Amino acid sequence: MEWETVIGLEVHVQLATNSKIFSGASTAYGAAPNTQACAIDLALPGTLPSPNEQAFRYAIMFGLAIDAEIGKRSVFERKNYFYPDLPKGYQTTQLESPIVGRGHVEILLADGSSKSIRIHHAHLEEDAGKSLHEDFHGMSGIDLNRAGTPLIEIVSEPDMRNSAEAVAFARKLHSIVTSLGICDGEMSQGSMRFDVNVSVRPKGSEEFGTRTETKNLNSFKFMEEAIALEVERQIELIEDGGKVIQETRLYNGDTRTARSMRSKEEANDYRYFPCPDLLPVVFEDDYIDSIRQQLPELPDARQQRFMDSYKLSAYDADILSADADTARFFEATVAACQDAKLAANWVMGEVSAHLNNDEKSIRDCPVSAEHLAGLINRIKDNTISNKIAKQVFESMWQGECDADTIIEAKGLKQMSDSGELEKIVADVIAANPAMVEDWLAADESKRKKKMGGFMGPIMKATKGQANPGLANQILSKKLNALL
Amino acid sequence: MHTLTIAEQIKGLRNKDYSSRELTRHYLDRIARLDANYNSFVTVTEAIALNQAEAADARLAAGNAPALCGIPLAHKDIFCTAGVRTSCGSKMLDNFIAPYDATVVANYRRDGAVMLGKVNMDEFAMGSSNETSYYGPVKNPWDTRCVPGGSSGGSAAAVAAHLAPGATATDTGGSIRQPASLCGLTGLKPTYGRVSRWGMIAFASSLDQAGTLTRTAEDSAIMLNVMASYDAKDSTCVDAAIPDYTATLDRRLDGLKIGVPKEYFGEGLHPEVAAHVQAAIAEYQKLGASVREISLPHTHLAVPAYYVIAPAECSANLSRFDGVRYGYRCEDPKDLDDLYRRSRGEAFGDEVKRRILVGAYALSAGYYDAYYRKAQQVRRLIKQDFVEAFTEVDVIMGPTATAPAFEFGAKGNDPVAMYLEDIYTIATNLAGLPGLSIPCGLVDNKPVGLQLIGNYFAEAELLNAAHQFQLATDHHQLAAPGIE
Repeated sequence: MEWETVIGLEVHVQLATNSKIFSGASTAYGAAPNTQACAIDLALPGTLPSPNEQAFRYAIMFGLAIDAEIGKRSVFERKNYFYPDLPKGYQTTQLESPIVGRGHVEILLADGSSKSIRIHHAHLEEDAGKSLHEDFHGMSGIDLNRAGTPLIEIVSEPDMRNSAEAVAFARKLHSIVTSLGICDGEMSQGSMRFDVNVSVRPKGSEEFGTRTETKNLNSFKFMEEAIALEVERQIELIEDGGKVIQETRLYNGDTRTARSMRSKEEANDYRYFPCPDLLPVVFEDDYIDSIRQQLPELPDARQQRFMDSYKLSAYDADILSADADTARFFEATVAACQDAKLAANWVMGEVSAHLNNDEKSIRDCPVSAEHLAGLINRIKDNTISNKIAKQVFESMWQGECDADTIIEAKGLKQMSDSGELEKIVADVIAANPAMVEDWLAADESKRKKKMGGFMGPIMKATKGQANPGLANQILSKKLNALL
Repeated sequence: MHTLTIAEQIKGLRNKDYSSRELTRHYLDRIARLDANYNSFVTVTEAIALNQAEAADARLAAGNAPALCGIPLAHKDIFCTAGVRTSCGSKMLDNFIAPYDATVVANYRRDGAVMLGKVNMDEFAMGSSNETSYYGPVKNPWDTRCVPGGSSGGSAAAVAAHLAPGATATDTGGSIRQPASLCGLTGLKPTYGRVSRWGMIAFASSLDQAGTLTRTAEDSAIMLNVMASYDAKDSTCVDAAIPDYTATLDRRLDGLKIGVPKEYFGEGLHPEVAAHVQAAIAEYQKLGASVREISLPHTHLAVPAYYVIAPAECSANLSRFDGVRYGYRCEDPKDLDDLYRRSRGEAFGDEVKRRILVGAYALSAGYYDAYYRKAQQVRRLIKQDFVEAFTEVDVIMGPTATAPAFEFGAKGNDPVAMYLEDIYTIATNLAGLPGLSIPCGLVDNKPVGLQLIGNYFAEAELLNAAHQFQLATDHHQLAAPGIE
């Protein structure tokens, strides 16, 4: 039987506010445990929440970016459950009246077409702390630095039909929230976390199958793997005559395995009710309009602009515009070198590869856009070849200042003096009679390719600094003279 | 000195009849000598009190000191006090010391009032007799075989026994007004949002309100002047103008329109209490007020709605007491579940457990609509009753409690009988209105109270009405017979 996969996502996005959603404690990542948890975060008796306006503003920005209705009257509720990293014994969240209502997000599919993924709603809530189960000799450690960090939870409709669509959707959300500047997008620090709801059904069926939820995936790669694994598990189960049960599952990215965490029967009754410590928050139209007017450029608009102004392909424009920081880096490079094509190639090529390799984000890129542009300028004016440029880039990556200084210091300037090059080419021809014979004996059509064989020794003799175009020209002239 | 009101002591300090240190020392000595009879104090902060008194004397000597500077007060042990244990009447918080002051405490500290100590209360303010306290019951100074009322029983007994001239208190369903009635005091519950709840340990957040227990309405006005403040740390606190509550006390009551709800004089009301209340209302007519009967038709639904909403909120509010970060933790928990079960099981008393269970039940899947949502609908109807009544009258009057103080154990095995103690006071909390109880006579040699309910933020009007009554009568001047 042919199966169709149905996927819906719940995405937790940490908002990049300076302080927490209901307290003044810092939200900065990486501090020593419990140094950023104040009396409110610790839920000391008598403390009360004070809402952080920035969190509401950010949530509304997201709502406007996905063309959603903004909940004019936003209500917080208490979701009750006991866990040591949840100090109050309830999470302050939203249920009946979320801040962001129905919206939609457009994704680009592999075949170049686009698809609209519907957003059911997005609500504001507070993050929990962290339980640390290692290093405490049979006990657990609790770090409440994260407790109270503002989140929006974005809930999609089950509109995705394979893992590629789910990843495209997740990437698009990442792109939107980082472009808006409402989330730092640092997945490895948990700034975005994905819960995937997966079910399968016979192709053509209208009815949804029983779904499972795999929680807390914090990379696109894990998400893709977890979905593939779960789809395979469900299909095998059904084909073997079994039934999928509604459950929550955990995926382990290291072992690439998943396990059941709890079934629907074991699920908590969260006993939601409106939080009496927080009054409903009412937003006036003027307030929402003022936020709308200040919205930064969104990824779709930026992609179009990159295609129009820089003459980039849809594909290149998509890659360069998705992430706000990457887009900024690209545009700064273009501004300083006036060559969009080369800038695009370098940002998507060497820069991206090096960042991936070192697991760095573009914000921590050791080569600035200005220095990259300086390098590109030396390629443009033939001072160095593309090959040498990669070598210079490597030095720049290691922190050795700008391209010109490196080229000068290491004597990497391209050999474009035709007199000197003529002598070297002549020497190479004289030193390789067998290759010359071979070239002379070859068919007209194959000569061009065989000529390339001489470039190796020429480059070796010039330590790679021969201007390839010039060298090729001289070589051709000299070989043709032998015919 | 202890027979003087706060207003008189304010004058005495300025006339240099005595210093704050002398006044404070006097109360500390009385507490040490007499409180064994009443059990009103959980913690006496002698050293702090004397230091604050000396600082107050210095401010008084320098001139321009705030009104309450140097006046000793007792704080209900529900208000967090930086560096001093705040137990909330529970074994759960027997070891809890907050690193911050409640805003109410901070306001009094700022003005130089002296903290004598922390006074007893029903556990987590859940009770109407002060019998649920981990620190033992408080005894009514009028008759030590009887309860002082609750939950602010310690505040009431301390003021009635002249162990403090005034005390802070809280009222979620009648916890200031009912003890005021049972101990012969003036008890004010302001409008919800008038006083900050920051640092006041929550029982039912949408109902809890801090207020005062004093001997006179004038003292209540003096204390409210400092207690009321807008506080951004409590987002339910209302940013409305705060008048000088003492400025309007002397206004005459000519033309005051009093509404008397017929529902407040039904079955269950002690006939002598009814007679005293009627007599007090007649006194108001002599003072120039007009009286008419009104109806608050949903009154009978107030207690059932309250006993869904308050437990529901408390079931969540008390979840933080889990043995993980502070408070009581059981010995040698074998796992997380055991830690939760035993820490909470061993440290919460029966009434607290009962309300957590009731609240969790009312909120659970399948019951929410029938209980919690329904109770909220009833709450809106009750509020609407009052809103309509206040289009016709300025103040509503009736009994505060059904009867005078009852004996210990009389209602201990019957939670519903205990819940009915607050039958006349609960609707005010559900509506968020201000309420005040003043003494209006004795039944079986024990005081009973007249309740005044005002419109939103009409504390000044209530205090004015109460003060004028107290100028014309002497119920409030009667002291409990046995006290020194």
